[in-house]
Amino acid sequence: MSKEECKYKDQQLLMYLLSAAELYQPNSLTGHHLILYSQDGENKEYWILHKNVDSVEKRYSQDRNALIFKCKNFKKYQLTIPSFEDANNICSSVEALSCLGKPSLQYPYFYRPTFKFEEDGFDLFHVEHEFTDLCKKSDQWRISSINLHFKACKSYPSQVIVPKLIDDRAIEKSAEFRQDGRFPILSYYHTNGRVVMRCGQPMTGTSNKRCKEDEKMINIILGPAHRGYILDTRTSQSATNARSKGGGFETEFNYPQWRKIHHGLQKHKVQQESLIRLVEACHDQSTNSEKWQSKLESSNWLSLVKETLSAACLVAQCVDKEGASVLVHGSHGVDCTLQVTALTQVLLDPLCRTMRGFLCLIDREWIKAGHPFASRCFHSALSNQKTQMEGPSFTVFLDCVFQLQQQFPLAFEFNSRFLCELSRHAYASQFGTFLCNSEMERRQHKVQTKTVSLWSYFLSEEVLPLHLNIIYESCNGVIWPSVAPHSLYLWDG
Amino acid sequence: MEFIKTPKVENVRLIEQNTRNSVEGTLYLTASHLIFIDAASKHETWLVHTHIQYIDKPSIVQGGSALKLRCKTFQVLIFLISQERDCHDLYSSLLKLSKPETLEDLYAFSYNPRAENLKQQEGWDLFSLNNDFLQMGLPTRYWKISRINNEFGLCDTYPKLVCVPSLATPALMMGSAAFRSKRRLPVMSYLHKNDAVIVRCSQPMAGLNSRSIEDEAYVDLIRRSKTKSSDFMYIVDTRPMINAVANRAQGKGYENTDVYENIKYLFLGIDNIHVMRTSLNKLLEACEDTTCSMSTWLEAVNSSGWLRHVHNVLQVSRFIAQAVGVEGRSVLVHCSDGWDRTAQTCALSAIMLNTHYRTIDGFLALIQKEWLHFGHKFTHRCGHIDGDGRETSPVFTQFIDAVWQLMRIFPCDFQFNETLLFDLHDHVYSCQFGTFLGNCAKERQEYSLAARTYSLWGWMMKRTHTYINPLYKAAMQNTQDDNMLLPPTTPHFVRFWVKMYNRHNRGLLPRQNPMHSVANFKNKTDELKNKVLELKRQKRQLETQLGIVSDPAPVELVKAASTPQMHQQLIPSPLKDEERTTSQPDLIQLKDPQPTMMNHTPQSEPPKREPSPTKPTPPIQPSTDLAVVFTAGESPDELEHSMADLIVDEVNHGDLISDATHLAE
Repeated sequence: MSKEECKYKDQQLLMYLLSAAELYQPNSLTGHHLILYSQDGENKEYWILHKNVDSVEKRYSQDRNALIFKCKNFKKYQLTIPSFEDANNICSSVEALSCLGKPSLQYPYFYRPTFKFEEDGFDLFHVEHEFTDLCKKSDQWRISSINLHFKACKSYPSQVIVPKLIDDRAIEKSAEFRQDGRFPILSYYHTNGRVVMRCGQPMTGTSNKRCKEDEKMINIILGPAHRGYILDTRTSQSATNARSKGGGFETEFNYPQWRKIHHGLQKHKVQQESLIRLVEACHDQSTNSEKWQSKLESSNWLSLVKETLSAACLVAQCVDKEGASVLVHGSHGVDCTLQVTALTQVLLDPLCRTMRGFLCLIDREWIKAGHPFASRCFHSALSNQKTQMEGPSFTVFLDCVFQLQQQFPLAFEFNSRFLCELSRHAYASQFGTFLCNSEMERRQHKVQTKTVSLWSYFLSEEVLPLHLNIIYESCNGVIWPSVAPHSLYLWDG
Repeated sequence: MEFIKTPKVENVRLIEQNTRNSVEGTLYLTASHLIFIDAASKHETWLVHTHIQYIDKPSIVQGGSALKLRCKTFQVLIFLISQERDCHDLYSSLLKLSKPETLEDLYAFSYNPRAENLKQQEGWDLFSLNNDFLQMGLPTRYWKISRINNEFGLCDTYPKLVCVPSLATPALMMGSAAFRSKRRLPVMSYLHKNDAVIVRCSQPMAGLNSRSIEDEAYVDLIRRSKTKSSDFMYIVDTRPMINAVANRAQGKGYENTDVYENIKYLFLGIDNIHVMRTSLNKLLEACEDTTCSMSTWLEAVNSSGWLRHVHNVLQVSRFIAQAVGVEGRSVLVHCSDGWDRTAQTCALSAIMLNTHYRTIDGFLALIQKEWLHFGHKFTHRCGHIDGDGRETSPVFTQFIDAVWQLMRIFPCDFQFNETLLFDLHDHVYSCQFGTFLGNCAKERQEYSLAARTYSLWGWMMKRTHTYINPLYKAAMQNTQDDNMLLPPTTPHFVRFWVKMYNRHNRGLLPRQNPMHSVANFKNKTDELKNKVLELKRQKRQLETQLGIVSDPAPVELVKAASTPQMHQQLIPSPLKDEERTTSQPDLIQLKDPQPTMMNHTPQSEPPKREPSPTKPTPPIQPSTDLAVVFTAGESPDELEHSMADLIVDEVNHGDLISDATHLAE
């Protein structure tokens, strides 16, 4: 996540590469990296992971052939290559190598760690641990292994936490009723006994189908006297529109204890377009102040951040202040839903603001929850390809956390550099953590046994201190940020 | 006071602007302040009359009559008063009180800081122009300090002392002054260490065709007043070209490059005071609405143009700083009258060029020089007294904003923090002190402000401990490098200053201030350092008492010890203020600094207790001798611990700096 600052750095680098082009033995291509090294005695080397290359731009002219590598971390590198043929070859190889579809060919499968680590990141966070903690607070829940073979829901992990009083048969029915089988599961249990649940949209369709088991499952969470809120991350208009495609939303009639709130968040596609415009604006050298501001405005990025934050605040408020449980879903429940539930936990739970807690949160609410990292992060903002599945949902989430860090500089155990690193690894990494789209795919590709976990790296003795906020003072309780536009600004780390 | 009709109004509701929450209380009107006392919490809100910018009396509101006060400190207060008559009385009284007719009606002439230990004379002589000239190394071979303006005969808006080329004759200066608008001839404002200078003046009375031989000769003399005289110098006209051309029609204008030789003329396009006034008003309007959507907000900020103007001012200053510091050329700066844009850019360039102006003393001295002595019209621009609204403009506010932008980009290069900027800004407008009254040095002398009112500088000097930036590099690494601060040229870095313009809207501000922790942390480290020094001293004493000619270890210690000692010598005086804070039971101290220091504090405690019993041990008694040797031998061990702690601390410090830089960037 580097915008302006990196831009300046790159400018120098770019100049340097340009001026020192002759000194550079053009480059050597390995299976996974593009390596540049200088021969002028400085022994500087640049390693660019192929997967990090978003697109390659060719600028051929008579006297020189320039290749511009645009990376997913928004950096650009320009190479000048004397021979036309060489340039062409390099270009086509990198282009091919940067879009490897098959996970097992990718770098994490070949990477051997050079650092020592005590804990295996893949084994670090388990639903059982979470459940044992939960049991201390409430006996209303159980672990269900219904998804052991990913039959009920392809994007859920094999074990999930569900209400104790609901048996697996009912869950199966509920899964059939929900988009992609994403039945309601527990996301967060607050200290006051209220919960945040998440799921996919109900497949009510135009004929207003209903599912008794689903209704029972959702209502049982509340208990007799309480009320709850269903936060739909779509506007009521688009939720209604979804019915024509078989989707829809819960009607008040069938779910009498629940009140519906629509808080329209943009879909991943729109978010991606916004990011593209933002990065374009950041890279534009010629802007004056006015143009820059209007570009920033029209990129709509800050609106995304603001809306996501306010949605999370809304949920946090319902849970903490009103003592109501909240069910969050959008259409598929893998993008905006996760942004909101994860962010809510950052607000409510001091544990999530520690290093370990935050990693655990990402592991649980993003990776295990089935955010399709492989699809969403296949291309970033500098790609020429038309975007299909791509979307910076995770980046928006990190940006929101960054905004919180700005308002509460003492409350987080990790610093903003850590967030940048996370974003970088989500797009291109030597670690297997962010590979694939779901637990099922990861299981198929044996990610756990064949690659190294990013968490092992982050928690290793050498790396951990780099990402700690040294003025951290653990603060208990909820943090209430300001979501007024005055208080938010562009993350330029 | 004759204007106060109702000194006390009860059952007044103070309405919070955004939440619409309100508190009930009593409103008091005194000669100088408006005081609201919350009936429930007894919380008092004080408002100096001069801080009131607009008073608005919206027509009928539910539950009484409303009075909306918009303040120069960007606070907005809405009072709901049950009786219409009371409200009207208040309105008319405040209207009169907030805009006195003469300077002598202002609060400064009646202010008496009873509670504070502040003497009337204090601060007035603190930043003399002469001192600043000496600080720059004047007089030099090429520049002299001239008393020609001692009776304000040369130019009545200039200070008594001016710095001019040493070869300039009075006749030449008089001739030049005659050709300049308001007789503000070119005089030196800043001398860089490479001999290049910043010279400021007003526009020439060039009109369409007139010229002045004296002025041309004088300007050329400025160019040549260097050891290595350059082939040309810059003349920076901070106005947009079109404004400068328009001025020609009125007999003013700009230097003709045909008759002024060896100059490079540049129009750098900062807009005039009227544009700035409208711009800030638009921005403040946008600030009031905190419930709007992101795009409305961005749109409003953009259309106000405030950030663009701040960026522009910074870029012009950057250009000047670069010309002087990097190219080594002298720069002559002017706008129309040379007291608004010129003051902004000259002062900012000086800050960028010289570390001295980034210290508290240097910064205040700079304001005294560039703004007060060189005649920025504070009375008019700030609207201290009733007068032409078109003369008011937030030029100084803009300067403060620009300084803040620099502080944000270079968080470790300034000795002072935001608090200083807030205090400064508020008291420029409060008229509580005489410092910022009057339009120029001559006017201040006529009112004999120095004898009749208190000085802001004296007041601020009493609270320097609250102004310290704990991340200030020079105090920490004792480096005295003369690094220039050149802000980036892209507009991305200029940011809306929420802590300034929404200062009174607590909900919008960051919830935690890391600087308290950092300051705390730094104090702790300083304490540890002192402790280590003390231990070393004791150890050396012990060793000499025992006559131990010791092994390599002490040598190492002495070597290590020298660093902190040097440290203390080089640290500029304000650090002493800071050290004072360690002993004071400050609010900050209440917080527990443990988390960041967890490993170190417990270890650092024992060494202090250990050596003290050994100290009085007399070496005469042979029986205890062994014990003494034993403890003496042990103490280095302890010292090493402390040292290790210290090193860890210092490492942490480094991290802290880089971290903060990172954060800020």
